[in-house]
Amino acid sequence: MKPFTYARPSTVADALAMVAEVPGARFLAGGTNLVDLMKLQIEQPTHLVDVSRLPLGQVEETAEGGLRLGATTTNSQVAADARVRVRYPALAQAILAGASGQLRNKATTAGNLLQRTRCAYFYDTTKPCNKREPGAGCAAIGGIYANTAIFGASQACIATHPSDMAVALSALDAQVEVTGQNGQARAVALDDLHRLPGETPQIETSLQPGELITAVVLPPPPLGGQIYRKVRERASYAFAIGAVAVAGGKVALGAVAHKPWRAKAAEQALAKGANPAEAMAAEMTGARSDGHNDFKVKLMGRLGAACLTSTAGAGSDQ
Amino acid sequence: MKTSFTLNGQAESLDLDPRTTLLDALREQIGLKGSKKGCDHGQCGACTVLVNGRRINACLSLAVTHDGDEITTIEGLAKDETLHPVQAAFLAQDAFQCGYCTPGQICSTVGMLQEAADGWASLVTADLTADTVLTDEEIRERMSGNLCRCSAYPQILAAIRTAGGLA
Repeated sequence: MKPFTYARPSTVADALAMVAEVPGARFLAGGTNLVDLMKLQIEQPTHLVDVSRLPLGQVEETAEGGLRLGATTTNSQVAADARVRVRYPALAQAILAGASGQLRNKATTAGNLLQRTRCAYFYDTTKPCNKREPGAGCAAIGGIYANTAIFGASQACIATHPSDMAVALSALDAQVEVTGQNGQARAVALDDLHRLPGETPQIETSLQPGELITAVVLPPPPLGGQIYRKVRERASYAFAIGAVAVAGGKVALGAVAHKPWRAKAAEQALAKGANPAEAMAAEMTGARSDGHNDFKVKLMGRLGAACLTSTAGAGSDQ
Repeated sequence: MKTSFTLNGQAESLDLDPRTTLLDALREQIGLKGSKKGCDHGQCGACTVLVNGRRINACLSLAVTHDGDEITTIEGLAKDETLHPVQAAFLAQDAFQCGYCTPGQICSTVGMLQEAADGWASLVTADLTADTVLTDEEIRERMSGNLCRCSAYPQILAAIRTAGGLA
């Protein structure tokens, strides 16, 4: 690890001020991704502002009938919350599908959203990567690696976002609460938090410098069934090669794009009366694969149709 | 940077480079070598310790972030000469070969049994609202963050069944 300094504020205002004070400063929450990347010197913060003890660790009811997940709630805490399990089972399933028990005990709601890709070429510092070094090129394009994007990729980057939790939050129409350097709070739709790579894959979210996520807000649970299903190369403790979240007719796909991929074409087809297979076929016409990841197109079509079929006709209490 | 925590019931105070992981602080500064460094990237679970009663990977956690925490390592589980029930079960079931992953397996088991007692679900829990029943499938899923390169998994599973009063 490169040397860095460390500070632990006790208020959001202090955290915002501290991160603005030092060029190259970063927020640290659970650290399960950031510390790992610092060991590899892929991340080299000059200053860490530890937000893990800010008073953002609660799951609370909202006036609208939803839930507000504080930014530093742990993945384990959210998945174990009785209200989440009853009203947002797709979210509980998605969180429990991710990582291991040990990691979920440390990883936080906001940190999970901001974790970086697990693209093998992002981790291999002997190969070019436009995320690590803008303009260097992308070794994953034409490389020997299958877990790449089939939606929204660019000539600069074909990496995917690795989160399970974020895919369920996308299908659930979650909002992300953010506080900026001016102290003002704003809300960002989960679907607008992460961006597609374009020519600047090193810029992964729509957050402004020094902004802090303070919560994720779930609207009231949608009518209709919910499910999260994940396909991976071993039975447990591995990142997805494909995942689907369905919540009340809303569909989001995981491990297929630089962000949780909201399957809008499938949703529109469903609204017009298409059956699950037809709806997913409509979505997958927009997919582009490059050989190694061809399998994902069929996989996601089938997985999505299976999830839609299993939730069809289910009530909101599923 | 001055950092104080409770380690296995004893007050501990260290002056740390912020880069020091909890695992390195335990092993290299305090001298407790029970927690093992396997992958050092949170993939193998050999470094598992309990922080405020919950299991975490000590290799991915900066020691300075643990000011005021209560930390329990494999060295802190036994009461004098009396083994912790999970330690005793691992011995009774011969739940190891080389033993390198064992401290992490045991600390992880202690944490996992508490999570189950607290009613936490897992990915293989069919009904998220039902009481937790630790079937073999549940134990395997909940322990997937601990690898054993000798593949002593059948005996580890048997030991956890014994320790959990499930055998």
